[in-house]
Amino acid sequence: MPLVENGQIVQDRYLYVGDEESMPDRVPAIVTAQRFLTNADTLIRRDGSLGVRWPNNRRIAELAPWLGHLTLIALEFPKFRDGRAYSQARLLRETYGFRGTLRATGDVLRDQFHFLIRAGFDSFEVKKPADARVFAEAASRYSVVYQPSADGRIPALRRRAQHASSDAAGDARSFGDPPERI
Amino acid sequence: MTSPLDQKKIKIAGPVVVTANRVGDGAVVYRSPDGGWTTELGGAAVVIDADSARALAEAATGDDLNAIGPYIAPVKVLPGGHVRPGNLRELIRRSGPTIDLPALPDM
Amino acid sequence: MYIYDAFDRQLLAERVTEFRDQVARRLSGELTEEEFKPLRLMNGVYLQLHAYMLRIAIPYGTLSTLQLRKLAEIARKYDRGYGHFTTRQNIQFHWIKLAELPDAMAELASVGMHGMQTSGNNVRNITTDQWAGVATDEIQDPRIWAELIRQHVTLHPEFSFMPRKFKIAVGASHRDRAALRIHDMALRLHRNAAGETGFEVMVGGGLGRTPYLAQTIKPFLPKRDVLSYVEAVLRTYNQFGSRDNIWKARIKILVHDLGAEAFAKEVETEWQSIKDGALVLEPAMVADIAGRFRYPNYQQLDDNPPELNVARRSGRSFDAWMNNCVTKHKAPGYAIVTLSLKPEGGTPGDCTAAQMEKLAELADRYSFGEVRVGHEQNLALPHVAQRDLPALWRELDAIGLARPNVSFISDIISCPGLDYCSLANARSIPIAQELTRRFRDLDHQRNLGRLHINISGCINACGHHHVGHIGILGVEKNGEEFYQITLGGKADENATLGTLIGPAVPYAQVADVVEDIAAAYIDLRQTADELFIDTVKRLGVEPFRERVYAAR
Repeated sequence: MPLVENGQIVQDRYLYVGDEESMPDRVPAIVTAQRFLTNADTLIRRDGSLGVRWPNNRRIAELAPWLGHLTLIALEFPKFRDGRAYSQARLLRETYGFRGTLRATGDVLRDQFHFLIRAGFDSFEVKKPADARVFAEAASRYSVVYQPSADGRIPALRRRAQHASSDAAGDARSFGDPPERI
Repeated sequence: MTSPLDQKKIKIAGPVVVTANRVGDGAVVYRSPDGGWTTELGGAAVVIDADSARALAEAATGDDLNAIGPYIAPVKVLPGGHVRPGNLRELIRRSGPTIDLPALPDM
Repeated sequence: MYIYDAFDRQLLAERVTEFRDQVARRLSGELTEEEFKPLRLMNGVYLQLHAYMLRIAIPYGTLSTLQLRKLAEIARKYDRGYGHFTTRQNIQFHWIKLAELPDAMAELASVGMHGMQTSGNNVRNITTDQWAGVATDEIQDPRIWAELIRQHVTLHPEFSFMPRKFKIAVGASHRDRAALRIHDMALRLHRNAAGETGFEVMVGGGLGRTPYLAQTIKPFLPKRDVLSYVEAVLRTYNQFGSRDNIWKARIKILVHDLGAEAFAKEVETEWQSIKDGALVLEPAMVADIAGRFRYPNYQQLDDNPPELNVARRSGRSFDAWMNNCVTKHKAPGYAIVTLSLKPEGGTPGDCTAAQMEKLAELADRYSFGEVRVGHEQNLALPHVAQRDLPALWRELDAIGLARPNVSFISDIISCPGLDYCSLANARSIPIAQELTRRFRDLDHQRNLGRLHINISGCINACGHHHVGHIGILGVEKNGEEFYQITLGGKADENATLGTLIGPAVPYAQVADVVEDIAAAYIDLRQTADELFIDTVKRLGVEPFRERVYAAR
């Protein structure tokens, strides 16, 4: 499964470490939530970046006390139809101010790139190589967004309010304009 | 007429066909003996035992490019070999709604 | 009505481009059906018994004549010359080809229409009462708020893959004409004791296998907080709604399982952390959206112009139509005209391309170019000058849109049922058609008065049978079609779920049963003015049950 970051397929700097394996020396490592919560005090003192893989059915609030010690959080999409991790991502970015790497894992397909980026993900374990190759194009498909989100894009509501008078008059002629009687 | 979408076990109580909807236009199609699909019920492969039905359905399920949601549907075989839909749902699928569609008046 | 601007058009165009690509990848095999299905659902493309079905959103039921003409064109070019208006103010085309869909969508986009989020596990079309903006009893046009919320939830990155669908309705009057309490979330604009306007927020309504009425979790929400509060509700639902069982995944189950109070608390906690952030609705933003709603330049006219009264006195049919289809308007001298899409022997909610085109013409001449779609599957012309009513009536009558049966027993709400729908267990349309024939006599209908029949072909309840005065639910027993009958349901501000009266009856007997129920009502009512629904409320279903099952 190719890893995409900054619009390109890249090598993974991180190593996924199984619960029974010993932690590698100085290599960035991702551990399971289970292992992390059991050994948090020890793990955060290790030499090297630390990431956690967090399941989509546990509250982010549980992880919140440790965010300052984590460089990566991997969230899960068991099936792409299961969208719980979108909420988790936004909570991490917007409520808790997490600034590290936010990785999408699992059933990650091209048709979700736009949503994933907007939700605050910046690292993607993409299911299909073909999708990974077109990441940049798929991710920039929408130039207009209607709502504010983790990516900081200005929503249409605000852009409009800024151009209020100039835009309205010009466009009002275009659609279903009521006839002469008005 | 319980939605076949809920089918789990294969129960054969008589002759059956495998039917689905064509990808391009959603039209009702039937699995034919040569492994293709036909819109004519008369051209469908008819089987009478659970194993054959399962095999037919499995082969059809792999043909995602051409047909969506294949399932096993009952038919009646009349003397002379004519095949008819086996329940109201299949009758409607083959012949269309049982009501008149709104006319296309040249008003 | 809302006028699209460059931003709205751009988003639609990009959506069409994306969908065209997705269809191409499906047809080439690059996408499997399992991968494609949620994507096509997000654009309102269903697969039904005979063909694909395209459901097009009509936000808060408001259509321009330009849009109506385009729908007629789509019906002619890509379908079989007709469309079907639904119980959620949408329109459906039942014979669409997948390969032609991107072109059809591009054409719809050219007039600001689309099928975005008319299916799938996202926020669906936001509905209001079809008299919004012209009703005499509303405190503000609810469509402004519906539009603000609509934009907010369109292609929302966090809420496009929720446990299940999410339906929102907005109201602005005490009389509920939008069936608020059967929605996942409803917002009702009202004034509090201090005279401020804000929203009562209700959540957890929904019909289907386990019907519930929505409960109030926030009695008064200031307008500035609408988007953030909606966000908090959706976020709570997205995280905690059941993902394991499709029948337990709607928010109504979550609210019921947690209890309304605990649910409200969960929402409140989340809301407190976001309420003063980026989602605050500033007055300038509201004013901008409100400003994009075009209202007619009404003339100064008097109510009850003399020519109107003359026409009423000289024509019994016109008078009957006036009494049944014409409603008071907030602008003096104007009226709201309801158009029944329930002809004798017809399919409830169906409308031919020819009718649409003719109606567009009439709307241009008589209604400032605007048409409304109601959840009762009827249409309305919202801005008709009273002095034009006689002329308008003649023209409507000529195209079969002037039947004075609105709210009567033959004004039936029905889903498409087994004739079209792959989810159905039984047919609904032929039942409706037979009922319109049995009750064809208008005097008889007037005598029975307001009487809502709702028919659903399966437990998904798209015909809203739970809230019908008479509810009819199709089920299957041993390969045959049977129908459960409920009585006493209501969809208004006193929303109630109906009560089952007895064992399901076979297809051939349904019309007879309804006739028995109607006859029982005539016998049992205290006065000729007591409505059917009130007789049922007074006496319960027992006397009706006895009558129906006495000989069965």
